[in-house]
Amino acid sequence: MTLAVFFGCTFIAFGPALGLFLFTIARDPLRIIILIAGAFFWLVSLLLSSLIWFIAVKASDPNDEQLQKGLLIFGVMFSVLLQEAFRFLYYKLLRKAIEGLVALSEDGCSPISIQQMAYVAGVGFGLMSGAFSMINLLADALGPGTVGIYGDSQLYFLTSAFMTMVLIFLHTFWGILFFHGCENRRWWEIAAVVVMHLAVSGSTFCNPLYVGSLVPSYVLMAVAATWAYLLSGGSAQNVRRFLLCLQSGASPQPGS
Amino acid sequence: MMITFMNNSDSEEEPCNERTSLMSAESPPVPSYQDGLQASEAGEAQTHRKRRTGSSHSPNNAADGNMSGSSVPVRESALENEEEELTLKYGAKHVIMLFVPVTLCMIVVVATIKSVRFYTEKNGQLIYTPFSEDTPSVGQRLLNSVLNTIIMISVIVVMTVFLVLLYKYRCYKFIHGWLILSSLMLLFLFTYIYLGEVLKTYNVAMDYPTLILVIWNFGAVGMICIHWKGPLQLQQAYLIMISALMALVFIKYLPEWSAWVILGAISIYDLMAVLCPKGPLRMLVETAQERNEPIFPALIYSSAMMWTVGMAKPDTAARGPSQQTWDTAEDGRENHRSPSHSDSEISETRSPVPTHPIATLEELEEEERGVKLGLGDFIFYSVLVGKAAATASGDWNTTLACFVAILIGLCLTLLLLAVFKKALPALPISITFGLVFYFSTDNLVRPFMDTLASHQLYI
Repeated sequence: MTLAVFFGCTFIAFGPALGLFLFTIARDPLRIIILIAGAFFWLVSLLLSSLIWFIAVKASDPNDEQLQKGLLIFGVMFSVLLQEAFRFLYYKLLRKAIEGLVALSEDGCSPISIQQMAYVAGVGFGLMSGAFSMINLLADALGPGTVGIYGDSQLYFLTSAFMTMVLIFLHTFWGILFFHGCENRRWWEIAAVVVMHLAVSGSTFCNPLYVGSLVPSYVLMAVAATWAYLLSGGSAQNVRRFLLCLQSGASPQPGS
Repeated sequence: MMITFMNNSDSEEEPCNERTSLMSAESPPVPSYQDGLQASEAGEAQTHRKRRTGSSHSPNNAADGNMSGSSVPVRESALENEEEELTLKYGAKHVIMLFVPVTLCMIVVVATIKSVRFYTEKNGQLIYTPFSEDTPSVGQRLLNSVLNTIIMISVIVVMTVFLVLLYKYRCYKFIHGWLILSSLMLLFLFTYIYLGEVLKTYNVAMDYPTLILVIWNFGAVGMICIHWKGPLQLQQAYLIMISALMALVFIKYLPEWSAWVILGAISIYDLMAVLCPKGPLRMLVETAQERNEPIFPALIYSSAMMWTVGMAKPDTAARGPSQQTWDTAEDGRENHRSPSHSDSEISETRSPVPTHPIATLEELEEEERGVKLGLGDFIFYSVLVGKAAATASGDWNTTLACFVAILIGLCLTLLLLAVFKKALPALPISITFGLVFYFSTDNLVRPFMDTLASHQLYI
């Protein structure tokens, strides 16, 4: 335990997100604000869903195991739906903000596009979601203890870190997909995001059978990544050019 | 203030052209108390929060009044669009310029709270919160905390009014001396205690000569940086450190419920002191405007950057304001344990059309005016987050939630400022969000997240 596990899990969970933040978001003040506001929206959605769950639990019999499990499942699903609803609300807010920025700018175009905002909003959601899942674990990992001493899985910290990482990525891609769907009025993209989110959350019910939760999540992440990349203007050609380090025109990456 | 000064001097000497006429048009000749004027005067500290922490150690430093509030007056530029765009463009940048120090201060406070036991131990109370909370019944405890709050807020109000009176009757030396004493206490005594506790926590031995050397250097450089001249970043670092120290003192000595009620009450007081016509803070600003003086520039965190090199116009008129910026930043008068005062002076020379005779003027105005935020705001934000870290049953989620809530409150406040272009207090929105998120995260979200974590579910 202690420092090795702490640093290892921290960097597994938050390393890629930190890289994304440092290289694409940290330079631009507007993006940082959008990031923090996205985190705030996620937080509010969590608050409301916790409220509902809390009321449901308090109103029910605490000794009924099945009922509590059912309420937990309901809580998770409701939370997912509420997160997506708040993503939509955030989209609406950012739309208004873009209109304001356009109106105020000198040359009639906003300093940041809705696609960039979608990316940053996704990262905001992901970071906050990951932080809330992982921070307490990391704080506990710093202290003494033995993982899984009562028969639980010994890979708890490691799998949590991997799950957090995939969730942060997923939120980023979902942000792009979702906003694109809202922009172009493609309801099926929005529905796909919601279904994917429900699927990922639902797959975590297989824990500690990690092959049932991590593998589908990573597969879904790859799918979402490809989809988001294609929607952002990427193509197989761009990837090839990038990999072969050929000079090309702008190869639009999400968030650039 | 500095911009106003520059405008007056430059408009007399520069040939009248687009730029200067815009400038002089914007700087009204008579500073009188009016909202519109406030907006055009740069560097207006509309609301100041001055706070002096009292501690049982120093009887002569009574707790100051807290005039709090932050105002971010936006300079009206003749070109509305440009100004608004500038506002927004600078708005984002200025928000980040405030996010960073506020975040740093909170990080220092939370790190200390989580590692050094001393600041979470109950070791008596300040004389400003005489009622104890060790009562068995909930009602009694609530009553005691409300009484504590009333006493604390009254002390703050009295101190604020006292300060305003002193300022009104030009007792600058008194204010000066008072502030020097208070920063001496902070920089030496509290630092000594802090260092002692940190060393105890990590079981590191330090001999007295080393200690004296370290504390002496730290304190002396701090006094110079804060009250006189010093590198900007060093000054900022010192201000952050003393805010953190002050916040730690509050976290240690304020009893639990009293702290929360005091935070709520201070936000309400802030709101009233800044927005009511006869509020002490507003009167302070008026007086400062009438005298055309900067209002307590030191003990206000300033992120201004100065570019005084490469000025084509070497005469004193052009250079005066630059000096002014430094001097006022360190003037003794500013040693008011300043108030939360935030103002952003937005440089107007970001317009894309430079005109030559005023190249100097532009260079001067090219300096980033930066944003200023009073230390009281730093302190109370850090108290909230620190209390959340100290008392939220070891939960980091609550601390994180409060942190995000406060940042968003700050962002909203600055946005409102840019929209309304008049003085607004910095505390209410952030503290409200912070309190709401603290209580709801601690009581609602924590059980939910704990249950999820125990089953390793992810939402």
